[in-house]
Amino acid sequence: MSGHDRTLYLDRLTVSFDGFKALNELTLQIDPGELRCIIGPNGAGKTTMMDVVTGKTRPDSGTARFGDKLNLLEMSEPEIAQAGIGRKFQKPTVFERLTVFENLELALAGDKSFLRTLLARRTLKQENRIFEVLEIIGLTQQHQALAGILSHGQKQWLEIGMLMMQEPELLLVDEPVAGMTPQEIERTSSLLLSLAGEHSVVVVEHDMEFVRSIAKRVTVLHEGRVIAEGNMDQVQNDPRVIEVYLGA
Amino acid sequence: MPQQYTLWISARKDSGTAWFLGALALIAVVVPILNLVVPPSSAFHISAYGLTLVGKYLCYALLALSVDLIWGYCGILSLGQAAFFSLGGYAMGMYLMREIGPRGVYGNPVLPDFMVFLNYKSLPWFWHGFNHFGFALLMMLLAPGLLAFAFGWFAFRSRVTGVYLSIITQALTYALMLAFFRNDMGFGGNNGFTDFKDILGFDLHSEKVHVFLLLITAFVLAGSYLLCRMVVSSRAGRVIRAIRDAESRTRFLGYRVESYKLWVFVLSSVLAGIAGALYVPQIGIINPSEFSPINSIEVVIWVAMGGRGTLYGAALGAILVNYAKTYFTSTIPEAWNYALGALFVLVTLFLPRGIIGLVSGREKKRGPVAQLQAQAEQAERAKE
Repeated sequence: MSGHDRTLYLDRLTVSFDGFKALNELTLQIDPGELRCIIGPNGAGKTTMMDVVTGKTRPDSGTARFGDKLNLLEMSEPEIAQAGIGRKFQKPTVFERLTVFENLELALAGDKSFLRTLLARRTLKQENRIFEVLEIIGLTQQHQALAGILSHGQKQWLEIGMLMMQEPELLLVDEPVAGMTPQEIERTSSLLLSLAGEHSVVVVEHDMEFVRSIAKRVTVLHEGRVIAEGNMDQVQNDPRVIEVYLGA
Repeated sequence: MPQQYTLWISARKDSGTAWFLGALALIAVVVPILNLVVPPSSAFHISAYGLTLVGKYLCYALLALSVDLIWGYCGILSLGQAAFFSLGGYAMGMYLMREIGPRGVYGNPVLPDFMVFLNYKSLPWFWHGFNHFGFALLMMLLAPGLLAFAFGWFAFRSRVTGVYLSIITQALTYALMLAFFRNDMGFGGNNGFTDFKDILGFDLHSEKVHVFLLLITAFVLAGSYLLCRMVVSSRAGRVIRAIRDAESRTRFLGYRVESYKLWVFVLSSVLAGIAGALYVPQIGIINPSEFSPINSIEVVIWVAMGGRGTLYGAALGAILVNYAKTYFTSTIPEAWNYALGALFVLVTLFLPRGIIGLVSGREKKRGPVAQLQAQAEQAERAKE
């Protein structure tokens, strides 16, 4: 959908915390419309990578580009979000004391300055868009409920729905199926698959079954760098991957 | 479906607003009648002192409103609201001092009495313009607003939050108190300003003028309430609550959390300043003890007792607690601080939603949405 050759390009990113290298010259490229899974043992740098991309953590060295022009390392978190990168946290974070509908409304793409939101009126178009997303994430029935009473799985979907409202070019999704029932997992897979194509989606996940069911390309991180990349079978047969992760 | 939703939103509008404005209108009608029309011999007569008390309660209600806006909705526990209240009060006080003119004890047409007493030769530069009410009015808004803007700009940008922010707001008000205590600051030192004669030519010793001031206070309180209500029920209001509940999530949705906090903080402190400006002509004195840290903490107690995050709860809490304070301190003064402490502990333990929670709790069980809300709140409490 975008004219870029690549959506995200990370080049030799290094982040260290007190001497520990969370990212060690990490290089990664995500293409437009791609659905990429990133796996790796604990401490491999998956979450740190997302933190760098969304502006939460600044790297010691390296570059991070979004599209052809934007240098993510010079942008603040809201600027990055406004530029088109949405993030779903590991622990579902929705606004528990707002309704499901209001949660989606706040995620609407558009001008997010104080004065604009102070005077904002919801248009019919926006309402229809919210109900469209409610339909996709299967929460139409619950749209008036406070988000706090949703089940764990429903909160995850609501958060994915909030990402969709932002109309991002790139979605970063951290462990979407942790703690889900098999039915919920199935539903989440089809949700993420339907998002790819229109958006680029990067999923960090531990659940290998789930990764196999959705990913065409898988990247394996270990100790802050990429040790293997390819389809699931290639990756699973890579001796280094077996050694550090799958074989363990 | 969307239409149905819109309907539901308007149905959810609280009846609290109607109650609050109704009660305020009642006060504005009944209190003046009881003072001016009912003869002093009647048991229902309200004395000049009673009039001042009601005026004071309404000013405190406005101060409480400002705390509820920043704390109840945005989650920022500002323990420095009394500083903004006092700055508004001092700006009004400076006007009232200039208004005395040559009628002071020393009869100096320009210099207020304390300046003559402290051997000032001329008016300090920052006192110029305060002989014009319009300028003073502007300063009542600007002094607290600009201080809040400067303070908030640094604090929120540096991402100072939670208890750290509360502590530096306490430090702010404490520092201002120490500064205003100094004679060489040009604000009358520990005596502050008093012995006001009139406001805009109206005699401040006349009960009619006090009735008028009370009416203005009630009117401004109602207006400020509606302004706050408009802010919190707008989309920006939902962003503010979102910031309170999940700050970093809000940031990743693309909202500039710092600028939202700053706007709310400035608005809140301007409201506190207006409350102070209305307070001074009715009470007749302003001195540095108004800045004392305990004052700001007391406001937080009023809001917690009334019920935060409702606006009218804050106003109710301010009025009830201060009425109790007036009552206790005139009958058993030594017991008041214990009573206040005990009340605060009890409310925190048993009424997390304050006095308003008691009233609206019953109502809320009716609708399905209300039930869901109650469930959510229970779940939240269970988590804590």
